[in-house]
Amino acid sequence: MSVTTTYRTCPRSGLQFEAQAEKLTIVNAFTAVVALLVGGVLAIGVVLTRWPAVHWLAADTFYMVLTAHGIDMLIFWMIFFEVAVLYFCSSTLLRCRIATPRIAWAAYALMLVGAVWNNVAVFQGESSVMMTSYVPMMAHWSFYLSLILFAVGALVACGVFFGTLVVARREKTYEGSVPLVTFGALTACIIAVFTILSGAFILVPTFLLSVGLIDRVDPLMYRTVWWAFGHSSQQINVAAHISIWYAVAAIAFGAKPMSERVSRGAFLLYILFLQLASAHHILADPGVSTEWKVVNTSYFMYFAVLASMIHALSIPGAMEVAQRAKGYDKGLFEWLRKAPWGNPTFSGVFIALVGFGFLGGISGVMMGTEQLNLLIHNTIYVPGHFHATVVVGTTLTFMAFTYYLIPVLFRRELIAPGLARIQPYLFGFAMYFFCLVMMGAGTLGVSRRHWDMAFNGNALAYEWPGAAYLMMGLVGIGGVAAIAGGVIFVYVTVGSILWGRRLDAGAVSPRFTPVARAAPTAAAQTYGSAGFTAPGTFVLAMVFLVAFVLYYFVNWKYLGQLWGLS
Amino acid sequence: MSAILPPSERLWWKHPLDRLEAVWIAIAFIWCMVMFFMMVFWHVYGRQNLSTETYRTDPAKFSAQAQAAVDKWTVRTETEQKIPVVAPPEGADVYLVARLWSWWPILELEKGKTYKLHLTSMDYNHGFSLQPTNINIQVVPGYEHVIKVTPNASGQFSIVCNEFCGIGHHEMVGRLYVK
Repeated sequence: MSVTTTYRTCPRSGLQFEAQAEKLTIVNAFTAVVALLVGGVLAIGVVLTRWPAVHWLAADTFYMVLTAHGIDMLIFWMIFFEVAVLYFCSSTLLRCRIATPRIAWAAYALMLVGAVWNNVAVFQGESSVMMTSYVPMMAHWSFYLSLILFAVGALVACGVFFGTLVVARREKTYEGSVPLVTFGALTACIIAVFTILSGAFILVPTFLLSVGLIDRVDPLMYRTVWWAFGHSSQQINVAAHISIWYAVAAIAFGAKPMSERVSRGAFLLYILFLQLASAHHILADPGVSTEWKVVNTSYFMYFAVLASMIHALSIPGAMEVAQRAKGYDKGLFEWLRKAPWGNPTFSGVFIALVGFGFLGGISGVMMGTEQLNLLIHNTIYVPGHFHATVVVGTTLTFMAFTYYLIPVLFRRELIAPGLARIQPYLFGFAMYFFCLVMMGAGTLGVSRRHWDMAFNGNALAYEWPGAAYLMMGLVGIGGVAAIAGGVIFVYVTVGSILWGRRLDAGAVSPRFTPVARAAPTAAAQTYGSAGFTAPGTFVLAMVFLVAFVLYYFVNWKYLGQLWGLS
Repeated sequence: MSAILPPSERLWWKHPLDRLEAVWIAIAFIWCMVMFFMMVFWHVYGRQNLSTETYRTDPAKFSAQAQAAVDKWTVRTETEQKIPVVAPPEGADVYLVARLWSWWPILELEKGKTYKLHLTSMDYNHGFSLQPTNINIQVVPGYEHVIKVTPNASGQFSIVCNEFCGIGHHEMVGRLYVK
């Protein structure tokens, strides 16, 4: 089949970009960064209001800003970037033309209209219902309709991704199986389809309710189904950022997966079990049986947690094997000391990986335990946890990957490489601190989504302990530092795209060059029996496990001291 | 760069497993099973398990039940709003109403005694957050959640609303005494 398009081979990376896919990836990634910028500006309002000593915004403005911050970050920034990742992992990695570029542009247009319209709806002030918009609290109808438009656009983009995989297979742009990174993106895309359909399943009736066409949406039904959308959309992020971790391990070190079987198997576990996490949000609800809670909250016996623990070993393990092969073989950790810490793509991914596991992973499993959830449900521990997963894990990974894309995809030189080098450290460590103190405040019971922890002027006011105020003050400081890291990111990336020195585009050809297979090396054939190929990683994994076990049982002990409940 | 290239072996599911990964998978699997059965174990041996006893209700019906309890067991009133303080006998059905933006009435329980606490919301979702004990339960309109509670410490407690419920959300705080 002949379709007129061109393929550009990047002289810096060897990647081949098809003309339409390249434009689509650029536009989606750029829009994502704009959404991040908007969400980041809103974060200033949220942080400076929850910092008790500052308490900046008025209550109604705060709730409006918090609603917009959540949606811009969790939905628009993430999903625009994920669409870019999907196009990259299909068209670019498989050196294939993108399927139906016109429809892909239509998908982009729908998403853009939805995103802009939703922001307009929120800032008109009648839709300060938080991202979760639990019925019977109602937003303006345009709030729901704009989200539905966005979701339809995203669903179409998923279709373009699937179509591109079909085209690649039919036009034989590669042999054998798709690369692991594409396989991970496929996982993300399958989860995305489930997620978006769940969203449609609950947002469409809620929209009908908002315009008066139906009488009632059951509040508990809403919570259950909404979270199949709300939580699963975070699982798209997990699958997408883990795919990028594998990609960066390959790009920065030439690392190959320790075992294709193990890594792909772990992605399959995600497809099978990650969606059950809707239950995490309903553990403290009435009307749901214990058996349902226990089975679902644990992703059916923790099989998706098992998958994450596998990736957590396989990715640094692959890096270690590659580094040892290069001669960094002394002791347990020379491979890690000699890693390219000055490269923001690597440092960002590594800081994201460690933070996602230690802070996001452990806290997530703790709070997703049926009984332990009573300790933290709706406290500020919850945002503490999900900032560790979504900001430290996903956002920092996407930032790190953007540094890689600027010379390769955008063909620009970074304008401030020195700033770019420190940015992942500033942003990452500030967020580590932010998440830790936020979880600390949550452990003391401080509520999330709450304008005034002092209950000023209330006859029944509750006096939080001094430690809670201290923690919330530290949340403010950590938040401001992280925002500074975000400002540097936006300055460096947007600045490079606008004013960076143009780089050589590389040769353009009317035909793709088929993707070569990974060379079957001797090591790949034999290391199955070679014993411990990555002992340093194993030691780190054991440290992780010890932290996990201790923290888990400390919380059971804490639970055991509460009032009797039955 | 093989994670971004097609794998060298066509049958990737036959790719050998390193001993390192095998050991880690075994350890992780065991830990997953420990965590899973810990929840089951606590249902048998633990004393903090959230009840699942739930009934459908509506604001009128629940208000009437709560009012009847208030009429029967009120011992005094507090604050300018004259919020009744209700001291029910051991084992009694106790009603707590969540509404925009208050918890009503004030309850006075006794340490070591068990009560059946009925929770519902008159309007939006609310969050029952008992402080400083830190017990957090979702309160959903239309559903009456019946929870057996046994206070194990005396003193003055607050019930903070920790589910966003509109512009007065941060004003919604109630009180509970344990003698």
